[in-house]
Amino acid sequence: MMQLAEVTGTVVATIKYEGLEGVRFLIVQPLDRDGEPDGRQVVAADAVEMAGPGELVYMVASREAALAMPVPFVPVDHAIVGIVDQVARQ
Amino acid sequence: MKLGKVMGTVVSTISHPIYDGRALLMCDLLDEKGEDAGGYLICVDAVEAGPGDTVLILDEGNGARQVVGDPSGPVRAVVVGIVDQLTVDGETIEVG
Repeated sequence: MMQLAEVTGTVVATIKYEGLEGVRFLIVQPLDRDGEPDGRQVVAADAVEMAGPGELVYMVASREAALAMPVPFVPVDHAIVGIVDQVARQ
Repeated sequence: MKLGKVMGTVVSTISHPIYDGRALLMCDLLDEKGEDAGGYLICVDAVEAGPGDTVLILDEGNGARQVVGDPSGPVRAVVVGIVDQLTVDGETIEVG
């Protein structure tokens, strides 16, 4: 699944599984095609290392999320892979 | 694989390097009759599709990585075809 989301918050975790050291975790609200909230908020790893609350991002879910991280195959199921500048929709 | 309709584009400057130089399309999902099924996917374009096109979407990681040519790319959805016609239950629908 690759979809849009809005960053709503941050997560601080001191003790993390091996490979997750230094990974930033953000709370995101997945968005539907109209930019409205779609489902529950989830925690996503920030693979671009620049996203922050209030920003519109796109994320990849499932196993592909782990591939976005510096150390591949870490236990991550949502990863932010881009900060959105513009969505042009018909 | 899924059917979709390209409804727009997503522009991102700061992104994972795998997306550099690749167009991102916002595709609404369609049912087998070519009608809106609800939901959407952001897809990497592999066939130079554009807004208004009915497309074939591969939503599976291994195949998507093969298409973008990087075995470790965080990509899952790729537009791999532009659909001209659907035939379902003997009924043919021109979508091109």
